[in-house]
Amino acid sequence: MAENHVIKEVKLAPIRNGTVIDHIACGQALNVMKILGVNESNIDSCISVGIHVSSGKTAGWKDIIKIEDRELDSDTVDKIALIAPEATISIIRDFYVAEKFTVKLEDHVIGLARCSNPNCITNKGEPVSPEFDVVSRHPIQLRCCYCDRVLMNISDNLL
Amino acid sequence: MDLYDKDVVSIKDFTKDQIEGILDLSERMVPYALGDKVERILDGKILGNLFFEPSTRTKLSFESAAYRLGCDVIDVSEMSMTSISKGETLADTIKMVDAYCDLIVLRHPYEGAARLAAKFSINPVINAGDGAGSHPTQTLLDLFTMREAKGTLDGLNIVLVGDLKYGRTVHSLANALTMFGAKISLVAPESLQMPDDIVSNLEEKGCHPYKTAILEDVIDQADVLYVTRIQRERFPDPAEYNKVAGTYRIDNAILREAKNDMIVMHPLPRVGEIAPEVDGTQHARYFKQAFNGVPVRMALLSAILGGELRWQKTT
Repeated sequence: MAENHVIKEVKLAPIRNGTVIDHIACGQALNVMKILGVNESNIDSCISVGIHVSSGKTAGWKDIIKIEDRELDSDTVDKIALIAPEATISIIRDFYVAEKFTVKLEDHVIGLARCSNPNCITNKGEPVSPEFDVVSRHPIQLRCCYCDRVLMNISDNLL
Repeated sequence: MDLYDKDVVSIKDFTKDQIEGILDLSERMVPYALGDKVERILDGKILGNLFFEPSTRTKLSFESAAYRLGCDVIDVSEMSMTSISKGETLADTIKMVDAYCDLIVLRHPYEGAARLAAKFSINPVINAGDGAGSHPTQTLLDLFTMREAKGTLDGLNIVLVGDLKYGRTVHSLANALTMFGAKISLVAPESLQMPDDIVSNLEEKGCHPYKTAILEDVIDQADVLYVTRIQRERFPDPAEYNKVAGTYRIDNAILREAKNDMIVMHPLPRVGEIAPEVDGTQHARYFKQAFNGVPVRMALLSAILGGELRWQKTT
């Protein structure tokens, strides 16, 4: 009882405005950070990251990210779905959850990742966006609609 | 079989019925492919043959198939002679060629090129090989050759041997064979075995191929021995090629282990994988297989360009 109480105490502090990405598969938080573009000097608010946080929902472990003063566009949410398909997104406004939804991985994905096959025509400067069919959801596997290759290392190939 | 105005990009786009329909039509095309009968059912049509990689059999057999049916051919055989050498995208080349012909046949070094061409072309596109990807018309002529020799495609025991990693013909062929309940053995050194994603694809379709590096393990049960060349041009590292080149050589000694009616096939060109002494045996089918490219491609051109319909009206 006392131990559970302590875990709740050390969770990330609430944010006034922004986005909470919760239920990220354990270990994927840093890849989600890449999608958010934290290395591109275009973020001017605080981001808090919890890695290997106890998940009340599944009695397991999860990662969680809180981004202050930013709401995510649909392209970013779709990319997050590729590597954290169970993640939930909460939009926070004035400390309240204004909107909450689970990311959705569509059956067909366009323009979010590049094909890992260097010899695929989509990697050769042609005027097309890479396209994939989702052939498995657990684990996520994408098959290139052009060269038919199954995409390995999705997080390394996000656009 | 309704292939009118359809693209032929991958063998996976075909149903079993469509494949059987093409093979039936190919059979009817044989006397026309031999020149014993003449039928110009594609008179007035133009085929655009775009070969951005070297080819002898595929290119010539498409040309022969077109001419036998009265179809004219325009062609490009070298990238250096096209605007691609000036930096033009394949998409732009296709849109331009599309305006000059009724059907495009494309061979290209990059995987997925035919799918891209089909997207940008209004007229139908036939994939004549895209990098290490698909080669569906080769698969159809391979199936035609097997059916011609064995009388059926159902439940055959097929041994695929050689370069199963980079050899596009075996990727397409293995996929198609799953539709006919084939028992498949994959014979290759570990470094050239069939890619895992293709094996998983076969398994999803209920075919569980047996993998081995030793041909003698499986040759005695085979109905068809399908041999492929280890392709120097697909190896990024020449040292890797030298390690595996010459691993398998089919000669009369090893064929003594095989059934009398087992056939040996090869997409050609061969570079020492099959000894010339095999050519005169009852097993050799590879030159017949090369000829079969003509009736099969005649059947495809005819079905896609509507010649089949015209033919039905006149015969």
